[in-house]
Amino acid sequence: MRSITEGRDWGQMPETAFADYRSTGLRAPGKPPVRLEGGWDASIGLRPQWPELARDDADLTVNGRVNGDPIGERIVVEGVLLDGAGHPVPNALIEVWQANAAGRYIHREEIHPAPLDPNFLGAGRCISGSDGSYRFITIKPGSYPWGNHRNAWRPAHIHFSIFGAGLAQRLVTQMYFPGDPTLPYDPIFNSTADPEVRNRLISRFSMEDTIPEWAHCYRFDITLAGAFATPFEEGDGHG
Amino acid sequence: MADMRGFGSMDLDDRGGTHPFSYSDERSVAPSAGLTPSQTVGPFFAYGLTPGLYGYDFAEVHNADLAGPDVEGTRIVIEGRVLDGAGMPIHDALIELVQADAHGLYVTAARNDGFTGYGRFGTGANGPKGDSRFLFRTVRPGATLAGAAPFLVLIVSMRGLLNHFITRAYFPEDDHGSDPVMAQVPEDRRESLVARAIGPNHYQFDIRMQGSRETVFFDL
Repeated sequence: MRSITEGRDWGQMPETAFADYRSTGLRAPGKPPVRLEGGWDASIGLRPQWPELARDDADLTVNGRVNGDPIGERIVVEGVLLDGAGHPVPNALIEVWQANAAGRYIHREEIHPAPLDPNFLGAGRCISGSDGSYRFITIKPGSYPWGNHRNAWRPAHIHFSIFGAGLAQRLVTQMYFPGDPTLPYDPIFNSTADPEVRNRLISRFSMEDTIPEWAHCYRFDITLAGAFATPFEEGDGHG
Repeated sequence: MADMRGFGSMDLDDRGGTHPFSYSDERSVAPSAGLTPSQTVGPFFAYGLTPGLYGYDFAEVHNADLAGPDVEGTRIVIEGRVLDGAGMPIHDALIELVQADAHGLYVTAARNDGFTGYGRFGTGANGPKGDSRFLFRTVRPGATLAGAAPFLVLIVSMRGLLNHFITRAYFPEDDHGSDPVMAQVPEDRRESLVARAIGPNHYQFDIRMQGSRETVFFDL
């Protein structure tokens, strides 16, 4: 368990003010976050309760369906959610959102001239199992251009939002695909300095888990920070 | 000491960004080897994380109302803007609110009074030309530690932010003099953590990402 006095493990995180990603310029905090010696409270161990999810919430090939199947390559994305000690993280909310096979998001401010798919929303969610496992069925997203610099293309990716046990286990990240030729040029992927660390964001094609006659499988195991040690031993209710 | 690379230097050079970074196409390593790094939430989270607020046809897991009608406590509204380094309101930020109930207790297991202890708002839900405010309806939290002042926890994620950041909103009526966290904040920055009363039980809390009045974020 990490002590609150150690703060977040920034050595394994992106550089917040990463100049190659231009939007950081006016948005990244200018000052380092305040490190605490203690005195936080039980919100560290908060466990939000998630409502019961709909049956098709984790199947993106179904949950946006109007009159047919979405277009594109159907894939399974699965993995396990672990904490820093390698223990499974159960009951975490895992939410995903992504572009469609043509590289187009359904978001109303998206302007990339690629077709929308009337049968694909591109969002899903699930709760991790007792063994930390999760599984989505979706369509492999396309790459798309963005305005960060000349000829900028985001590698195909799936956004992940994860809320595990408490504030230390909040993580927002993106999953990439192996062999994507645009990865070396993407400042968001490359915002984490250590190649060994950022390569953890690349999913792994799994022949063993690929479903015959149906769908390729990509595995993406996710490791969250451990819970922070509670910095006080008594009276963690109220006083 | 943690690595604080990148903080404090806001000079935006114009490198154009076309050079390739070093890269090796290897399988992702065994998870026990280390943490999964953060990435930005990007501009398009709305239909996945806050769909109801933006009118997408997808049920919402949590929204900006944290307390149903049966929840005890004083009803409050807290609203605010997220301001960038140029002082402009940001219309694509995800704000998550975490708080204790009126008795100072956090949600750690299922409860039956309708108090969620957790809410979300995506700024710009009223459109890019809207006022870009976040707004939560909830109850005033109780103190969670002896001597501590009550507060709300806010988690900020957005395009341009590669890591999420955590702050607190305290209430202007309360005494913050013996609060153990406020005491660790440099005196000249404490004001950034105190909401402003703009009506009865109605508060405004602006989050400033940069500048002389930059909001304090905590290293959690």
